[in-house]
Amino acid sequence: MAEENSTRQIWIVFWVLFFLTTVEVLLGIFKPQFMLTNYLLGVTLLNMTFIVLTILKAYYIVATFMHLGHEKKSLKISIVGPMCLLIPYLLFILLSEASFHGAIG
Amino acid sequence: MQDSITTKNIWGGGVRPMVASYGKLMMWFFLMTDALTFSAFLGAYGFQRFVHSDAWPIADEVFNHFPFLHGEYPMLFVALMTFILIMSSVTMVLAVHHGHKMNKKVVLFWLGLTIIGGLIFLGSQAWEWYHFIHGTYEGALLGADGSIAHFVTDTTNQIIRHGEILTGQNALDFIASATEIKGANLIFNEYGHPLFADFFFFITGFHGFHVFSGVVILIIIFINVLRDTYEKRGHYEMVEKVGLYWHFVDLVWVFVFTFFYLV
Repeated sequence: MAEENSTRQIWIVFWVLFFLTTVEVLLGIFKPQFMLTNYLLGVTLLNMTFIVLTILKAYYIVATFMHLGHEKKSLKISIVGPMCLLIPYLLFILLSEASFHGAIG
Repeated sequence: MQDSITTKNIWGGGVRPMVASYGKLMMWFFLMTDALTFSAFLGAYGFQRFVHSDAWPIADEVFNHFPFLHGEYPMLFVALMTFILIMSSVTMVLAVHHGHKMNKKVVLFWLGLTIIGGLIFLGSQAWEWYHFIHGTYEGALLGADGSIAHFVTDTTNQIIRHGEILTGQNALDFIASATEIKGANLIFNEYGHPLFADFFFFITGFHGFHVFSGVVILIIIFINVLRDTYEKRGHYEMVEKVGLYWHFVDLVWVFVFTFFYLV
């Protein structure tokens, strides 16, 4: 029973990834006008949608395909924690140092 | 056995506090650091793109070819590559799943399909690189100041440079100082700023190298399964560890796809 369920789950996640990628590709081809002229947090709605969908896809790959969703809590935290901390930190350093040198803003 | 050791002393040694073997944990930590490397690359890409936004090419206008089709089809080929990689991730997870059940033949079947998927992806990437390096039939003009211009269609004295149309003497002066270039490499790029080409070759190249090593490792694992190595060992954990790496390669491509081709 449990094995049947996990195979089912793999295929469900496949279709979710397939669907999300199709949405991304269609948005990338047609580029709806209202998504280019409206902004959310300084980013166009279109790009914000792409980023959110990408993170959603990343979540499904890591949680189901890489099985992290079923690992011990301590393992989950020690993998996801440093990423959530260091990637924003990396971007922060990049942007703040760049503005110091006058390359941006 | 391990459960009989008192849980009070879980970090005292002799137990696996995270219920994952040494090899699997190390694979996870390697992948985490590798993810940080790719974040740095993509962060640097986004930053340079912002700084040189006036001369940055639009990916839709660069990668718009599809094998055996004439005309322009932006996004289509790279979407196909993405689907191939997602599909090979599914076949990999099915191989891992049947590894837990010790179904040697089924593991071989899904592993084989994963290897084929990886090879198709690598071939597609080679095709994409070939067209990017080769460039368009018309080529472009590289000005002495490093700016890139194209002739306005069906003219020889009007050029368009970074969205601005030049005519008359301005155009002639620019043409006289410019050299004709075709395609893209690490030095120049007919589609726009050379850094676009540098980042493209570097990031997709680094990712492609991950795919290539993944395929090599999968072939080794395939041979090991064939020779009953894991059957004798009593578990197929090696398939699981390689599976983690393979899913990570897919994961990175999801981000490369977004930041190179969509945003």
